Amino acid sequence: MFSIENILNSFHEWLSSMLNQNMVMLLEMTLIAFFAITLFATLGLVLVYLERKVSAFIQIRKGPNRVGPFGIFQTTADTLKLIVKESFMPNSVDKFLYQLAPFIVMITAMLLLAPLPFARGVQIWNINIGVFYVTAVSSLSVIGILMAGWASNNKYSLLGAMRSGAQIVSYELSAGMAILSIIVLTGSLNLQDIIASQENGWWIFKGHIPAIVAFVIYIIAVTAETNRAPFDLAEAESELTGGFHTEYAGMRFALFFLAEYINIFIVCAIGATLFFGGWMPFHIGNWEAFNHVMDFIPSSIWFFGKTFFLIILIMWFRWTFPRLRVDQLLNLEWKYLLPISMLNLLVMTLIAIKGWHF
Amino acid sequence: MRNVVDTTPEGNMVLNVGPQHPSTHGVLHLFITVNGETILNLDPNIGYIHRSIEKMCESLSYRQFIYSTSRMDYLSAHMNNHGCALTVEKGLQVEVPERAEVIRIIISELTRLASHQLWWGSLAMDLGALSPFFYAFREREMITDIMEETCGARLTMNYIVPGGVMADIHPDFQRKVKEFIVQFKSKIGEYHELVTDNVIFQNRTKGIGILSKEDAISYGCTGPTARGSGLSCDIRKIYPYSAYKNIQFKEILETEGDSFARYMVRMREMEESVHIIEQLIDNIPEGEFQAKTKAVLKLPKGEFYTRLETARGELGVYIVSEGGTTPYRIKFRSPGFSNLSALNHMVKGHKIGDLVSVMGTLDLVIPDIDR
Repeated sequence: MFSIENILNSFHEWLSSMLNQNMVMLLEMTLIAFFAITLFATLGLVLVYLERKVSAFIQIRKGPNRVGPFGIFQTTADTLKLIVKESFMPNSVDKFLYQLAPFIVMITAMLLLAPLPFARGVQIWNINIGVFYVTAVSSLSVIGILMAGWASNNKYSLLGAMRSGAQIVSYELSAGMAILSIIVLTGSLNLQDIIASQENGWWIFKGHIPAIVAFVIYIIAVTAETNRAPFDLAEAESELTGGFHTEYAGMRFALFFLAEYINIFIVCAIGATLFFGGWMPFHIGNWEAFNHVMDFIPSSIWFFGKTFFLIILIMWFRWTFPRLRVDQLLNLEWKYLLPISMLNLLVMTLIAIKGWHF
Repeated sequence: MRNVVDTTPEGNMVLNVGPQHPSTHGVLHLFITVNGETILNLDPNIGYIHRSIEKMCESLSYRQFIYSTSRMDYLSAHMNNHGCALTVEKGLQVEVPERAEVIRIIISELTRLASHQLWWGSLAMDLGALSPFFYAFREREMITDIMEETCGARLTMNYIVPGGVMADIHPDFQRKVKEFIVQFKSKIGEYHELVTDNVIFQNRTKGIGILSKEDAISYGCTGPTARGSGLSCDIRKIYPYSAYKNIQFKEILETEGDSFARYMVRMREMEESVHIIEQLIDNIPEGEFQAKTKAVLKLPKGEFYTRLETARGELGVYIVSEGGTTPYRIKFRSPGFSNLSALNHMVKGHKIGDLVSVMGTLDLVIPDIDR
C-alpha cells in the first residue's frame, strides 16, 4: 500500500544500492536535519496563522485576510519582517547569555521533534525511552527562559523569568504523573510500543475514568508548561509588559515565539500519542469492517488531525480564560493537581495490575 | 523630579509601572516597592498628560470652554459637558426646555453604557482574557454610531451646550437606541457567562483590593468605586439634576468593597442605565431643544458649583465669575483623582497581578486625573 513508510524504505534501498553505508548515513542525516529545520519553520508559520484565525473566530472578527488567499501568507510576511529587523541589543545586558538564551529555547524545541512518530514507521529517532526523553529535554527550556530573564537586566524580565521557573518546574510534576499513568498501562517508554498497544482502542477510552483524569491533568499541566494563557504569567503583557522577552527584538524574539508554538505542537503530539493513539486509526474492538475502513485514512492524517485537535483546544483556552495570579497558579498545582494525579496514578496502577482495562 | 532608584535601603525592589505600561491605560506612572511579587508601597506619579485645561478655560468664553472638557474624561464626554452646561445655566438662570433635559439624560446614560462597556472589556484584557474586549466593542459600536449620527463625533463628543443641546436628535435616533437596547439585553447574559461566572475571574477579584466604607469616605472616593464599598453617593439620586427626579431607577450598592463588588456595581449599573433609557426613549417631549440665550453669555459676579454623576464618579464644576465673558477661575473636581489616591491603600500587601485587577476596577482615565 502507498504510504510514507514505503517511500522512505525504497528511498533508503535506492541510496544503499548506489553509495556505501557511511555515505548513505551521512546523506540521510543531512536530509533529516534539513527536514527538522523545515518542519520547525513550517509548523511555526502554520500554528501562528492558525492561532490568529482561531482567535479571530472566537473574537468575532476575520483575522488575517489580506496577504494571499485567506491571508495564508500573513505569517510568512511577518517572519520576513522579523528576519530583516534589527536585532537590537540594549547596552546593559549580559551579552553572552542574552544571545545564547533564545537558541537554548529553540534547540530544546527542535530536539523534541526527534522521537515524535509522525506516521506509521516515520520517526526521526526510535529511542526506547522516548517518553522519558521528551519529559527530560522539555524541562531544559526553562534554563533558556531564566537565562533570558536574568541576562536582560530588566526588572520585568526578571520577574517573568522567576515566575516561569517556578511554574515550569511545578507543572512538570503533574505532566509527568499524567504521562506515567499511561506508561503503567503500556509497560513501555517507547512511543511506537505505546501506539501499538492502542491498536484495538485508544487509552482515553480503554483506561476508564483515570485515563480521562490523566488526560485533563496533562492538558492543564502542558498549557502551563508552554506558558500559554491562562498560565501565561511569564509573559503576562498586562502585568509585566513582555515578561522574559521584554528586551528582545527582531529574530531573537521570533525564536522565543516560534519555540513556544513548536512546544505546543510537541506537547499536543505527545498527548495525542499517549491518549489518542498517535497515528493509530480509530479502531473499535472486533468491528473488522469498520476498522478496515478507518485504516484507509493515512496514518499521518490521523496523527496531525489528533494533534491539531489538541492544539485548537489549547488555543481555545487562551482566548477564553483570564490569567491566574502567581500564588493561585502554584496553589492549583501543589494543592490540587499534584495530589489528584498521585491518587490517579495509584488507581491506574491498580487497574493495570488487575488487568481491568480493556 | 525623583531620583531613579533600583532598590530601597531595606533591599526591596522598586518597579516603575508606567508611564508606558499596558495596564495603566494611559500615561500613569506608579512607583511600586515590591518584595518578590508582593507590593509593599505604591506611589502614583501623575502629570504626564497635564494640559492645564482649567487654566485654558479661563481665556475661553462660556460657550467655548465646554469643548475642552470633552478631553478630560474622554469616556464621559457628554457628562462633562452636561456638568459645565448646568453650572453656566445656574449662573444665567436659564430654564432648559423639557425636551432638551430628556435628550441630555438619554445621551448621558448612553455615554455611561459606552464607558462601562469599554471598562468591562479592558478589565478582562488586563486580567488576561483578550476576547471580552471585542464582545464589549460589538455593542459599544452601536452607541458610537448613534453618537456619530447625533453629534458628529465618535470620541471627543460635544452635544450638550448651555441652554439645551446643540441640535435636535436625528430622526433615526429613537429607532437606533431601541435596536441597541434589544441587542444589549440579549448580550448581557453573554458578558456574565464569559467573565463574571468564570472561576479564575472570581478568584482574581474576590477579596482583592478591599476598600472599607470609612476609607472610601476619607479618600473621597465616589462613583461605582465607592458604591462597591456600600457608600451611597449617587448624585443622580441624592441631588437629582436635569430630569432625573422624575425617573424610576435604583442606586446600585454592594457592600463587600472588593474588586468583585466594584465590578458588579458597574455591571448592574449598565442594566440600570438601559432601564432609564427605556423609560425615556418613547417619551421625549415635543418642543424646543434649546432655550433662547444671548449670543455672548455673561455670568453674573459670583461663584457657581454643580456636581453630577459621570461614569467614574462625582464631577464637580466650580466657576468663579467676575461678571465678564470669560470665567475668572474654573476648577473641576474629577472623580479619577480621588479614586486613584485610594490605590495605595487597596493594593498594599497584594501581588503585582492584583494591582492590575484593582486598577482595572477603579476604572481610571488618566486625562481625567491630570486634566
